[in-house]
Amino acid sequence: MTAQGTAIGQPNPVAMAFFFGFIGVTLGITWWAARRTRTTEHFYAAGRTVTAGQNGVALAGDYMSAASFLGIAGLVSTTGFDGLIFSTGWLVGWPIVLFLIAEPLRNLGRYTFADVLAARLGATPVRVAAAAGTLATVTLYLIAQMVGAGGLISLMFGLSYETAIVLVGAAMIAYVLFGGMLATTWVQIVKAALLLSGAALLAIMVLWRFELNPARLFAAAAERYGAGVLAPGKLVANPLDAVSLGLALMFGTAGLPHILMRFYTVPDARAARRSVFYATGIIGVFYLMTFVLGFGAMVLVGPDAIRAVDKGGNMAAPLLAELLGGRPFLGFIAAVAFATILAVVAGLTLSGAAALSHDLWANVVRHGRAAEGEELRVARVATLGLGVLTVLLGITFKGQNVAFMVSLAFAIAASGNFPALVLCIFWRRCTTSGAVASMATGTLGTLGLIALSPTVQVDILGRPDAWFPLKNPALVTLPLSFAVGIVVSLVTPSTRVREGYAEWERRMHLGAAAK
Amino acid sequence: MIDSHARIEALAAARERIALVLTLLMILLYFGFIALVAFARPVLARLVLPGLSLGILLGALVIVVSWLLTWVYVRWMAANYDDEIHRLREGR
Repeated sequence: MTAQGTAIGQPNPVAMAFFFGFIGVTLGITWWAARRTRTTEHFYAAGRTVTAGQNGVALAGDYMSAASFLGIAGLVSTTGFDGLIFSTGWLVGWPIVLFLIAEPLRNLGRYTFADVLAARLGATPVRVAAAAGTLATVTLYLIAQMVGAGGLISLMFGLSYETAIVLVGAAMIAYVLFGGMLATTWVQIVKAALLLSGAALLAIMVLWRFELNPARLFAAAAERYGAGVLAPGKLVANPLDAVSLGLALMFGTAGLPHILMRFYTVPDARAARRSVFYATGIIGVFYLMTFVLGFGAMVLVGPDAIRAVDKGGNMAAPLLAELLGGRPFLGFIAAVAFATILAVVAGLTLSGAAALSHDLWANVVRHGRAAEGEELRVARVATLGLGVLTVLLGITFKGQNVAFMVSLAFAIAASGNFPALVLCIFWRRCTTSGAVASMATGTLGTLGLIALSPTVQVDILGRPDAWFPLKNPALVTLPLSFAVGIVVSLVTPSTRVREGYAEWERRMHLGAAAK
Repeated sequence: MIDSHARIEALAAARERIALVLTLLMILLYFGFIALVAFARPVLARLVLPGLSLGILLGALVIVVSWLLTWVYVRWMAANYDDEIHRLREGR
């Protein structure tokens, strides 16, 4: 198939029908959820009525972004095995979330992960630091999603970039503003179901041509493009880079504010635990399918035809869908990619709004004395403001290379949010100064080192080399952030915090209700 | 109260132990795979079956074993933790 032979980029009636169908269903959900969203507990945490199974699917929906669906399939289709390193890397953070974070978080906080820190340490400083870390993570993640969304949607539907960004922004604001966490949760569930069924259908259609045997597919790839596609190639030329990115992915997942926030939507810690187990299974199956989709696109479509449509390879899965199921199936997969982006940005916006309204306004500015109605109003204003800002940022960064911003968001989550959370939950001697110093070191250190890294210096600014050798700074900033947190805590001992640890442990296991 | 405190401490220590062991296994699993990718490329290129290289097999296994570790944790907690927490909450 040649690049000219594809209908990608032309208005596609099936894509439009699926897309408007998705918008219609999700706005219906939002209308239903809006009537049930009257308190902050509803707005931030869906009234804590989400079941473990629902939350598991919603977590998967929050996490499986278009970048992983289109990006990894594209990477595998053009590089082979090297792309699979990412498929595994995106999953390995989930067990860490389960073992260390999910249950204590549910029992110790109310709406945001800053609640956990503030319940034990000096509330104002840790909330300011945690909100800053949250906003940095969320903003970077949002920019990456929006710029990706604008490009993909204009490529797939033939809309202008700006129209696509405004469309995504408007739908996302509607979900979060009116339907809060309840609408966001169900948008994630619908999206996850669509994405999984779309990917599964595509994978089965690929395997059908290879006697339902993945090994035959891989063999066909090796036959055509050399045995090298089945083994590590030049993508991991620098092992330290691979380890650093691995650290960011593994521990960043456990520090992503929009993921952490989801644990407050379930009734108790046991449901939080089971929801991660379900989410890990769903996400694992999804990434295993990217093996088949990627190699399928390599063999059936061909790397050159894929690069001809989009240099980054992002159109591998849509091209594969067109080849196997014609324009209707292409339309379905395009609509699924759009739905995927919408759901992820909705979750991100909600967690950013919670940092602004719950952490900064209600607890720092108003010292926890804001009335329920006031906090809810501020949360909605914050949603609107953040939504408009996201649209503007999306338009500002048009055409920029923003792919690095996702791994940067993970690096900040891994080194700004995760160490402070672990120290505060599990370490008796953790102090306010220690936690704040750890968060500041992690967030600012990551931003500083990424500015000096080859990603920015060489790839974006076009300099010959960079002062800092690694593309992702987590290898330095994650241990540094732990070390700073520990050293500062030891030099600023607090008897009050240390003696409160027995009560803290009680709450961690029995929940806030047990006094 | 004193008694329930000791029971919570014991439960907390047991949970922290299993969480720590599983976290370390997870780190070993993933960074072991990354180390092979970085330093043992010819080994990963070896074919287990026609078409199926050791690298692809191990990559898929990392995903499957990660999920199995979460299953082990969930089972351990259901068997060793939930009932005791329930009793403590009821004040028994």
